[in-house]
Amino acid sequence: MRNLVSIDDLDRPAIERIVALATKFGQVADRPIKKLPSLRGRLVINLFYEASTRTRSSFELAAKRLSADVLNLVSSGSSVEKGESLRDTVATLSAYGPDAIVIRSPHAGAPALLAGWTHAAVVNAGDGKHQHPTQALLDCYTLTQRIGPLDGTNIWIVGDVLHSRVARSCIQAFRMLGAQVTVAGPPTLVPDEFTQLGATVAHSIERLREADVVYALRMQLERMEDSLVPSLREYTRNFQINARRLGARQLLMHPGPVNRGIEVSGEVIDSPQSLITDQVAAGVVVRMAVLYEVLAGEPPEARQPDGQAPALEPQTA
Amino acid sequence: MSKLVAASRPPAELLLRSAHVIDPNAGIDGAHDVLVRDGEIAEIGAPSSLQAPAGAQVVEAEGKHLFPAFVDPHVHLRTPGQEHKEDLETGTRAAAAGGYCAVVAMPNTDPVLDHPALLRGLLMEAQRDARVPVGFMAAISMGLAGERLSEMSELRDVGAVGFTDDGKPVADAGLLRHAFRYQRLCGGVLALHEEDRALSGAGVMHEGAVSVELGLAGIPSISESTMIARDALIAGHEQARVHFQHLSAASSVDALAAARARGTRASGEATPHHLLLTDEELRALDSNFKMNPPLRTQADRAALVQALREGTIECIATDHAPHSLDEKNVPFEQAPMGTTGLECSFAVLYTELVLPGVIGLEVLLERLTAGARLLDLDVPTIAVGRSANVCLIDLEAHWTIGEAGYESRSSNCCFAGREVRGRNLLTLADGAVAYRERAFALSAA
Repeated sequence: MRNLVSIDDLDRPAIERIVALATKFGQVADRPIKKLPSLRGRLVINLFYEASTRTRSSFELAAKRLSADVLNLVSSGSSVEKGESLRDTVATLSAYGPDAIVIRSPHAGAPALLAGWTHAAVVNAGDGKHQHPTQALLDCYTLTQRIGPLDGTNIWIVGDVLHSRVARSCIQAFRMLGAQVTVAGPPTLVPDEFTQLGATVAHSIERLREADVVYALRMQLERMEDSLVPSLREYTRNFQINARRLGARQLLMHPGPVNRGIEVSGEVIDSPQSLITDQVAAGVVVRMAVLYEVLAGEPPEARQPDGQAPALEPQTA
Repeated sequence: MSKLVAASRPPAELLLRSAHVIDPNAGIDGAHDVLVRDGEIAEIGAPSSLQAPAGAQVVEAEGKHLFPAFVDPHVHLRTPGQEHKEDLETGTRAAAAGGYCAVVAMPNTDPVLDHPALLRGLLMEAQRDARVPVGFMAAISMGLAGERLSEMSELRDVGAVGFTDDGKPVADAGLLRHAFRYQRLCGGVLALHEEDRALSGAGVMHEGAVSVELGLAGIPSISESTMIARDALIAGHEQARVHFQHLSAASSVDALAAARARGTRASGEATPHHLLLTDEELRALDSNFKMNPPLRTQADRAALVQALREGTIECIATDHAPHSLDEKNVPFEQAPMGTTGLECSFAVLYTELVLPGVIGLEVLLERLTAGARLLDLDVPTIAVGRSANVCLIDLEAHWTIGEAGYESRSSNCCFAGREVRGRNLLTLADGAVAYRERAFALSAA
C-alpha cells in the first residue's frame, strides 16, 4: 500500500492486516520501553490545515514510537497563512525529502492531489467531509478487540451523518468487514442517498435496540445556525444516546470530541459499555500500523531477512 | 443595435472543390463546388464544375464536409481584467479553431461590462484583436450586484447584443421585472443564469448520491428550475423576450416547455458538457469537472438531449469559461467553476450524439448556429450572395482532445483526453480565413 487516501484504497484483507499489525504494536505498548526501531531515519511530516488534538498527537506519537523523525506543521503561523498554495507548500516540504506526509485538510480531495505531487507516501488524516480512513481503521480495531470478527454485527451510526467524514469512512470499512450499517438522524442530516453507500437509512431511533453497536457522531452548533435542526434541545430529545435508550448489551462509540449531554449523555459515556477511551488508545497503535504499512510495504513476517526489512523488535538501548 | 466586431482581414478568394455541403437552413445536402470571392459566396456548382479565378486559392475538399460555421451565444473572454485566463485574441482563436464564426462574450469581467464607455473601449479592442466577430452582452445590473439597472438603452445604442448577469442570478424579482419592461424601449434579449442562492448555498456540485458519497455540499436541481419557472412567469406577464442560459436539469426543461406552451417568448440553451457528462465524472475530484450549473444525473442529461432533439432547447452554447492552471490545480472545493469548450464542442457532440444515432447531423448543425437567430443576429447560411461563414470538417479524422494543446490561453477542458471524430480544417468568418489547420495546405489555382 503506497498511500492511504480513502477506505477505497483498502480491501478486507488489507484492513485485517492493519488490525493484526496494530495488535502486535499494542503488545509492545504494554512493555516498559515502547519504542521500535522500524522507521529509524525516516521523516514523517504532519501537515495540518485544521485544528486537531487527538489525530495530530496520535500520528506524532505513532511516528516517534517507530523511531521516525517527525516534523509538525500547522496552518496558523506558517507560510500557509501568508497565502502560499497547497502545491507550493508541498513542493517546499518535498525538498526536505519526507518519506511520508500526513495531511489534514478542510477540503475534500486534498490528500489525493498531494499524492500526485510528491514522492512521499501520503496518509489522509481527514479531508473535508470526505474521508477519515485512519479513524475508521482504529474503530475497526477497537471493535474487533472487544467482540471479535464483525461479520453480521449490526452497527448504528447516529447523528450528523451528512457532514461527517468519519461516518463515510466507517460505513465503508464496517461493511468491508461484514457488518450491517444503519445511519440514523433527522432527514436534514441523514439524506436517503446514504442507501447508495450500502447503509440502511432511519429517521428515528425507535429500533435502536436492534443495534449491537451504537456509534454516536458529534453534533455541531453550526447545524442549528443553518436550520438543519431547530435546536440542540430538540435534537437531544429525539436522538440523544442515553441510559434510557442504550440497552445493557449494546456498545457505545464516538469519534470525539464528545459534546457531553448533547449527542450522548454523561452516564453512558462513563459506563463500561463505552469504548470511547479505547478508541483514543487505539489511535496510536493503528496509526503506527498505517505508517508501517505505507513505509515498509508488506507485513514484517512476509519480508526477506536481507537486512532491509525494518525490525519489529523493541530497541534494547 | 447589436454590433459584432473583428479585426479586419483580407476577404477570402477561395474555391472549395467537391466538398459535401450540408446546411439545414439553406436546404443543401450534397457534393458541391463553392466559390468564395471577395469574402462572399459567389457561386455554388456541381462538383469539379467551377473554375478558380486568377489569384484564388483552391481547397481540394473531396470527402470533407462544409457546414455553416457555428455561433456561440455564451462565452467568457475574460477581457478586461482577467487576461491571464483568456483575452479577445486567444478566445477568438479558440472559437475559430472550433469552427465558430461568431461568439458573444459575457459581462462578468473586471470591471463588469455595465457602462457604455467600457463597451466602446471593448469594441475598439475587438476591432484590433478579434479573429472572428465578437459581440458583447452587457450587465443587467450595475456591477452584477442585483440592485440597480445598467443604462440598458445607451448600452444598446453603443452595440450591446443583449443583457445578462451571467454567473449570478437576478435574485430580486422586482428588478428583473423592471429590466423586462425596459427591454421594450431598447430591445436586446435578457439572458438569465438561473440559480436560487438560498437553495444552492455553498454547493460545489450537483446534490445527489455522488455528493453525499463525496461529502461535498450540493446544488439541488430545484435551485435552477424554480427560478426558471418564476422568471418565465414574470417575462410572460411583461410580454418580454427571455433566454435561459445553460440548462442543466430535467425539471428546468419542464419549466421552459411549460412557459413556451403558454406562449411566452422563452428560449433555452444547453452546453456540450451538460449534454454529455454526469456527476459520476466527479468521483476523482478533478476540478475540470467543476462548473456552475453542475453536471447532474443521467436522467437530467437524457432530458436535455431529448429537449435538444425536439427543439425545446433551441441552441447549443459552450459557456467557454477559461481558468488558469494555478487556479484550477487546487482542492476541488477551492477551484473556480468552469470548463473551456470552444475548440472541441463539435467533435464531442458529433462523436457522442450523432455517430451513435441519438440526434441527426442536421439537427446538430442547426443547434450550433441557432444562437444567432435567438440573439437577432444573422444566421450563417451557405447561399449565393451571403458573407462566407463556413467551416470545413473532416468527419473521418480521429483525434484526442488536447493532444496538441489549445488555442485558448487556458487548458481547463473537461473533455481533455477524450478520443473523438471530426476535426475542423478551415474556418471562414465574415468572409475571411479565421482558422486553417497547420497541416492543411491551400494551393494556388
